[in-house]
Amino acid sequence: MLNDITIGQFFPGNSLIHRLDPRVKILLTIAYIAAVFVPVNWYGLGLAVLFLVTAVALSRLPVKLLWKSIKPILPIILFTALLNMFYVGGGTVLWEWGILKLTSKGLVNAAFLAVRIVCLIAGSSLLTYTTGPTTLTDALERLLGPLKVIRVPVHEIAMMMTIALRFIPTLVEETDKIMSAQKARGADMESGGLLQRIKALVPVLIPLFVSSFRRAYELAMAMECRCYHGGEGRTRMKQLHMGLRDAAAVAVMLLLFTAMILLNCWTAPVL
Amino acid sequence: MSEEILRAEQVTYTYDPDETEPLFALTGVDLRVERGSFTAILGHNGCGKSTLAKHFNAILLPTGGTVLVDGIDTTDEEQRLQVRRTVGMVLQNPDNQLVSTIVEEDVAFGPENLGIPPKEIRARVDEALKTVGMYDYREHAAHKLSGGQKQRVAIAGILAMRPDCLVLDEPTAMLDPQGRREVMETIRRLNRENGMTVVLITQYMEEAVDADRIVVMEGGRILLDGTPREVFSQVPRLREVALDVPQPTELCFLLRQNGWPLRQDILTEEECVDALAALLEG
Repeated sequence: MLNDITIGQFFPGNSLIHRLDPRVKILLTIAYIAAVFVPVNWYGLGLAVLFLVTAVALSRLPVKLLWKSIKPILPIILFTALLNMFYVGGGTVLWEWGILKLTSKGLVNAAFLAVRIVCLIAGSSLLTYTTGPTTLTDALERLLGPLKVIRVPVHEIAMMMTIALRFIPTLVEETDKIMSAQKARGADMESGGLLQRIKALVPVLIPLFVSSFRRAYELAMAMECRCYHGGEGRTRMKQLHMGLRDAAAVAVMLLLFTAMILLNCWTAPVL
Repeated sequence: MSEEILRAEQVTYTYDPDETEPLFALTGVDLRVERGSFTAILGHNGCGKSTLAKHFNAILLPTGGTVLVDGIDTTDEEQRLQVRRTVGMVLQNPDNQLVSTIVEEDVAFGPENLGIPPKEIRARVDEALKTVGMYDYREHAAHKLSGGQKQRVAIAGILAMRPDCLVLDEPTAMLDPQGRREVMETIRRLNRENGMTVVLITQYMEEAVDADRIVVMEGGRILLDGTPREVFSQVPRLREVALDVPQPTELCFLLRQNGWPLRQDILTEEECVDALAALLEG
């Protein structure tokens, strides 16, 4: 039952987006998230959507995959849209009931917000879909490198992330095994109320916890056997290279920002 | 060629040194291992064989006595990395020794720690993976491999550090028969073709038979030490410490006890068949 968990939801490929330097990709994603909040009307937002669609097309990801990442957020999007619909006043009143008032401006505002959130989610999942988990942690380690000056244990954090990612499938497998073992002894995990089900998980979690500590101890020993002594003097097999295509990607992002700001100046805001 | 790489002298070790009457896991072990040899350390649970193995790359330091690795005292903290890159250690559970999600990145972990230049690491990783026959899996996710494959990746991870000596602490204990065969095959080839010094800790006599030398441990000390033929001919003593002997050896032992004139040092099935045939022909 726990077998279909995918780690970091990486979708391997060899597209232009896949081959971008992961550091650049992380920074561009952050920039894009900021960019989504720049436009004040549909022209600018349309540009943001166009950018996203182009990026997805370049990545050659199946659209179904992106839908999968938006689907769980859908209730939240609808909820915020609904709140905004009634919260923002102005424009013509379309419908009224007690204190609830639906205005044309509210409607536009809600739609605008929904599109923004979808862009945000889709944009950031594009990063995790096209970048492997280890590459991602590696890139984070390098990006956060300067923080070492103020004594942030950057290498240690990255190493913890790497190990956590490595052990997710192992622990999932183990949880499955323990659950089967407890079921074989008559444990009932599928019936009863919420509280009862939570209680039924205790005999699964305790052995899992104990074995995790044992694993941690053994892993520490194995790492010592392999001469691990912290981040100092460590080299990496895979070097990250920034190339022409990374520069081009940054240029396109800058272009997006410029276009959005200009559009904001020249066209009227909808809000 | 009889240069020694490991030397243990009167090594004692206790896991609880603060007790007034500590229990000793090792009670005075003397052992020398020669470069290029294949030594099997045999014994059942709690005999101290794993404790001894952990002394060879300074995971444990002796309570008494000394351990020398290629002439370096393992208590010398300055030289600890040198000791660990000389003696590589493979542990029992393959799941708990792989650090990275991807096979080749895991194999690179050791050399990366040693600060080796990236290009050289790439070359070492490829070579190590080819040696254990896992090169085709270099980009696979480690958790999706079988137990035997994982253990071979773990061995590759050690080989990529280019050690002089490989210590394997019950590397097949968690594996199925297929995985056990794969791993033993790899270990044997490393010793014969690459001249790697191998110290194999095991409870299985059938794995020890292939070694040049068998050391039997019991109660924290060495009980027997010799070639497989010499060791396995001592059937009564092995039985005393609840260890098996190869089936042909046992058969001949039982027949001899019943008065049949058979040699004491029969080890393989062919030898057994030959000896029995000769006996029957009269």
